[in-house]
Amino acid sequence: MAPLLQLTNVTKSFGAVRALRGVSFALQPGEVHALLGENGAGKSTLIKVITGAHAPDDGTIEIGGQTITHLSPNKARTLGIACIYQQPALFPDLSVAENIALRLERTSLLHRVRRSQRDTHARELLHRIGAEIDPAAEVRSLSMPEQQLVEIACALGAGAKIVIMDEPTASLTQKEQHLLFAVVRDLRTHGVGVIYISHRLEEIFALADRVTVLRDGETVGTNRVDEINETALIRMMVGREVTAIYPPARNTPGETRLALRGLGCAASGVRGIDLELRAGEIVGLAGLVGAGRTELAQTLFGLTPADAGEIQLGGQTVRIDNPRTAVAHGIAYVPEDRRRHGVILEMPIAANITMAIHSQIFPGGWLRSAAERKLTLDFMRDLEVKAAGPQAPGGSLSGGNQQKVALARWLATQPRLLILDEPTQGVDVGAKSEIYKIIRQLAAEGLAVLMISSDLPEVLGMSDRVVVMRGGTIVAEYPRGAEAHEVMAAALGQKQREAA
Amino acid sequence: MQKYSRELTVAGVLAALLLVLAVTAPAFYEPQPLLSRLAREAPTLVVACGIALVMVTRQIDISIGALFAVCGVSAGLLASAGWPLAAVLAATVFVGALVGAINGVLVAGLRLPSIVVTLATMVILREGLRWWQQGAFINLPDAWQWFGLSQKGGQITLIGCALVILAVLAWASRHLAGVRFLYAVGSNAEAARLAGLRPQWMTLAVFVFMGALTGGAALMNVVQSPQVDPKSGTGLELNAIAAAVVGGVAVSGGRGNLWGVFAGVLLLACINPALTYLHVEAYWEKAIQGAVILLAVIFDGLRNRRNLS
Repeated sequence: MAPLLQLTNVTKSFGAVRALRGVSFALQPGEVHALLGENGAGKSTLIKVITGAHAPDDGTIEIGGQTITHLSPNKARTLGIACIYQQPALFPDLSVAENIALRLERTSLLHRVRRSQRDTHARELLHRIGAEIDPAAEVRSLSMPEQQLVEIACALGAGAKIVIMDEPTASLTQKEQHLLFAVVRDLRTHGVGVIYISHRLEEIFALADRVTVLRDGETVGTNRVDEINETALIRMMVGREVTAIYPPARNTPGETRLALRGLGCAASGVRGIDLELRAGEIVGLAGLVGAGRTELAQTLFGLTPADAGEIQLGGQTVRIDNPRTAVAHGIAYVPEDRRRHGVILEMPIAANITMAIHSQIFPGGWLRSAAERKLTLDFMRDLEVKAAGPQAPGGSLSGGNQQKVALARWLATQPRLLILDEPTQGVDVGAKSEIYKIIRQLAAEGLAVLMISSDLPEVLGMSDRVVVMRGGTIVAEYPRGAEAHEVMAAALGQKQREAA
Repeated sequence: MQKYSRELTVAGVLAALLLVLAVTAPAFYEPQPLLSRLAREAPTLVVACGIALVMVTRQIDISIGALFAVCGVSAGLLASAGWPLAAVLAATVFVGALVGAINGVLVAGLRLPSIVVTLATMVILREGLRWWQQGAFINLPDAWQWFGLSQKGGQITLIGCALVILAVLAWASRHLAGVRFLYAVGSNAEAARLAGLRPQWMTLAVFVFMGALTGGAALMNVVQSPQVDPKSGTGLELNAIAAAVVGGVAVSGGRGNLWGVFAGVLLLACINPALTYLHVEAYWEKAIQGAVILLAVIFDGLRNRRNLS
């Protein structure tokens, strides 16, 4: 039988980043095909290529046996491809029936709307997937899983032959999951091909027929689910070696800087965190996207203050309710997504660097250009920031140099605890190794570093200790030299917490 | 230089216009009419400086025209009640700052969009003033017009005041950490918050400051005539915003320079007399002002597109 979808050697680069290095993938009718890989392995890019959002640089896409050259989102839809995202993309102010009609009815602007027909059609589709949703209800009033069901109803109504589900169970309860699985199995019996993306291995084994593993933008392999086990899958996901770009660890940790006891924050889903961090130590915080790592960092930095447990800094219990208190206690937080949260692109490097220490360097609020310039030049020299000068705007720098400026802003506060969130995201390899060297150097000078990273080799290569989070809490802890597959297994929920 | 390309362009256009006038209509430079025109623009300049800072913070305040009238009437009433100049100045600035604080609390505290909040305060102030004063003019005591100086002396004093305020603010925006924070908040409020700044307080402060400046500007307007017009300041908010935009202040926040705003105020103010002296019908004034504003915005749009690509 001809496959519904066949990708051969598809590649895609964004600037210097090669997101897909040659992916081959086939989807048969009546098959649930799971797609598995670490964060950043290329799953999202692959989905965007299939739905026509990104054009591949090279390789072929065949749909229903025909080679498609210029796939646009609209063309993908007419060819029967539907994608259900984790966050449904519906119009919250319109009713369920109107949302479904918007997707399915393709008519002229002056077409007369038959409301009763719309409602009947919506009711039919919802009934087919066993959803008890009122077509007249506003989408705003629906729960997340109900919205997903509406999306599936749309896909069904459009006669989709290929349905992509991106982590559909991330926000579902057990009961809702079973309903969703029933819907997926029903789709399968109707000859629909389902591409199912999930980090939950048990779901893959329960639902999928085949599984393809991606790593670093390449297909590692495709296997029948009944011919493979969890351990083998995890090994396929993490098979990369820790390379030499990581500087050697050479320090012995000093006194305890930070101790968290049962720390929690209901608003952001962080709970029961017990963690110690010592001077001169780099602790890597691993986990999947949504595991609560950034949320923990933001709680420590006072952005979402803790409502349970305690924070001890240097042996003293402290309350941290806002970033200013955090800074006063010697905590620095370099956020992820530096373009949105870190460097202010319109402002000069110098202003960016002094932003967090204005009250020290500018007593009374008078700017002192000479002091600022000297500080900036010192940091630019120490961190090897490549820029036209201290007055060059932040936006004129490359990603790696922007990250160095963001780092400099926080180093200027002379912190005792440095929290780094995805410090090398979107940074090229050369700048990466420079940033690693800087981080290691800072630890050697006695700074306690908590490094959040979704890049497993990076976590393993840099950390003196690796802590794994899942579902808002810490589930495992490993000393230096842990195996990648162990860490990945813990992040995926395959193991309970172990003693370090 | 490239950083100030916009400000320099506006200054260049202004210089060219002045040069054309110098050649074709030397009458434009006769001292007394010129002085009068500049004195009339002095309050606008002060208000435009304020709105530039508000826009840098990525907010807007359209209630300033109405507030200008309220402050003017307050000044007139207090003056006729016999208050001395310094006390009247303090009171008008206080009234302005108070209304600014109300705007600021609503915008920063409740996180409401500033355009809607200040639209509401604009209507409330205008209508409240009409109900209160029934449109009546207020006669000022004799010694008030031109601060009791000669007309020429009064005008020079007013122009001097406006220039001092401009210079102080321009200096402050280079040398005060507080003003730099406004730019940071306007460019990227979330990044500023993560850097430990307090964007909401900065927003409140800029609205209070805007109100206080409006109060001062209102007094600068009051002393130019023997009576206070309760309809003064109509359209002032638009003139000020237009001057700021022409002078290179980005509506999207984080960018702008007060010397550019100065050039913008002068350029827009020169259009009307230039038309008169060049014997073009004055009906064209608004159309030409509109065209200048549109050109400025197009210039910004093109620059942003270039930066994105």
